[in-house]
Amino acid sequence: MTKLKSRPSVLNIPLIFLSLFAVYPIAVLIMNSLKSRQDLGLNPTGLPKEFMWSNYKTAFETSNFARHATNSMFLVFATVSIVLILGGLAAYSLARLKPRGSNGVMVYMLVMSTLPLWLYIVPLFFLWRQVGLLNNYLGLVLLYVALNSPFAIFLLRSFLVRIPREIEEAAIMDGASKMKVLTKVLLPISWSSFLTVGLVVALNVWNEFQVAFILINDEEKLPIATSFFAFQQTFGNDWTLTSAVGVMVILPVLLLFFVFQRKFTDGLVQGSVKG
Amino acid sequence: MYSSKIGDKLSNNVLKKNLGSWLFILPILVIHLFVVALPAMSTIYLSMTDWSGVGVPHFTGLTNIKRLLFDDDNFISALKNNIRWLAFFLTIPFVMSLSAAYGLSQIKRGVMFYRVSLFLPYILPSVIVGALWGFLLNPSSGLTGFLDRIGVPGFDKALLGTSKTALWSIAFIDNWHFWGFLTILFLVALQNVPRELYESAELDGANEFQRFRYVALPGIRPTLVFMLMMVGIWSFLVFDYVWVLTKGGPAGSTEVLGTLVYRTAFGDFEAGYATLQGLGMAFFASASLVSFAILRKRGWEI
Repeated sequence: MTKLKSRPSVLNIPLIFLSLFAVYPIAVLIMNSLKSRQDLGLNPTGLPKEFMWSNYKTAFETSNFARHATNSMFLVFATVSIVLILGGLAAYSLARLKPRGSNGVMVYMLVMSTLPLWLYIVPLFFLWRQVGLLNNYLGLVLLYVALNSPFAIFLLRSFLVRIPREIEEAAIMDGASKMKVLTKVLLPISWSSFLTVGLVVALNVWNEFQVAFILINDEEKLPIATSFFAFQQTFGNDWTLTSAVGVMVILPVLLLFFVFQRKFTDGLVQGSVKG
Repeated sequence: MYSSKIGDKLSNNVLKKNLGSWLFILPILVIHLFVVALPAMSTIYLSMTDWSGVGVPHFTGLTNIKRLLFDDDNFISALKNNIRWLAFFLTIPFVMSLSAAYGLSQIKRGVMFYRVSLFLPYILPSVIVGALWGFLLNPSSGLTGFLDRIGVPGFDKALLGTSKTALWSIAFIDNWHFWGFLTILFLVALQNVPRELYESAELDGANEFQRFRYVALPGIRPTLVFMLMMVGIWSFLVFDYVWVLTKGGPAGSTEVLGTLVYRTAFGDFEAGYATLQGLGMAFFASASLVSFAILRKRGWEI
């Protein structure tokens, strides 16, 4: 076979243009967060004349950032733990134990994952109001868990299915219980898939707007995305402050993305290649 | 007698094994049934009532459905906007992401850099993306202000504040956030297309476009069709970007089914009727699924 001709570098030109299109607006957000209001008015899309780090102090205080970030961190922690534990248990059973009728669960999850939120959020809202779960994190987390569980179960199951059975058999011979097999044998070799799921769920919850917007109205309890929206409604004219809050909201996301970018994609690719 | 004892023991074990295994699945399944499936099923009844959200719903038979079909201009215009949205999202993001993914699959250097940059907008929350682009498209500031000042036509007015351009502007913004995700998805699929196919196409004298059209595209058809279907479903569910940017305005020109159901349920307190609008939304969303199934049955190679 002849060697493939090296592809023309012409292909790089549209790619550079598209990358700029993707990244430049984010750069504008960061640059604007460091401008004075006057600087911003004259120069809305370029580098700041001088760096106003004090914007961040003001933004941190006026947006009550610590409060809302803590709220969201709690929601992320609660949702991720529940999804990983309960979703992991279900995925293990669906991959390995396969009780009679469990295929129905897969079909159920598949169908439910395409169901529009608007089909069930209205009755759920009024039900939650009746039982006191409105403006309540339990009510919110329960829905977050439900929204994230189909994806988590599919992904974890597909990882667990690929692990060769011989690995567990030794443990089963020694009389280990199902739970022991899961936690002592399977978990140590599939933790990277749990990390992948955990990262995706954490991102979903941190960024989530629609559900929190409907279920949480109490200002003190607003998670980060809805609180940013509320902040923008009041302080939207001060774009320097709004940008600074925006950067603070996306900073943890960007950091996690850059740290785990390889792990994240590798985990997904390995899942479909190995086995 | 002996064998039947074994049989008893066996079936007992099978039962025990099944029960034990079900216990692993039940917790998450019960949560899901409780917060998703049961409320979703209750909408079938609630959609035929005059329920306001408080108190007892009164059954009103076909009153709601008559209103939806013959007497709800808002629903029709929201649906039309969802169909415009669908037309936008079945074309623009696919053209962009297929070209970018094909380009990325053909180059050797810098793939990682492009992957990261193109994917970056996808991990940002909708509220930030909305605020950022709301600023950039503001006529007195931002990008459009700049374009207007240097004399590019069409940027002299508020794109998000004008009925004719608002919906397309929101779609453009949502797509800025979305298309990179599609690109990476297609890139992963393209990387599984065997190299030899490109090589033999090249030996046959195929040019760049022909390689894309006859090698790359057929190679990722399952992924492509699946994503067309999913985007078809998602196009009827949009809420975030519209609400964050225009709340359905100006003058209802960007109202979509999502914002309409929200308004009906929580603004007008017509919860019963809102659930019917939600059912309508689910109907059109699933139509995308059904139409793909029908095309496939008819022998379309998709």
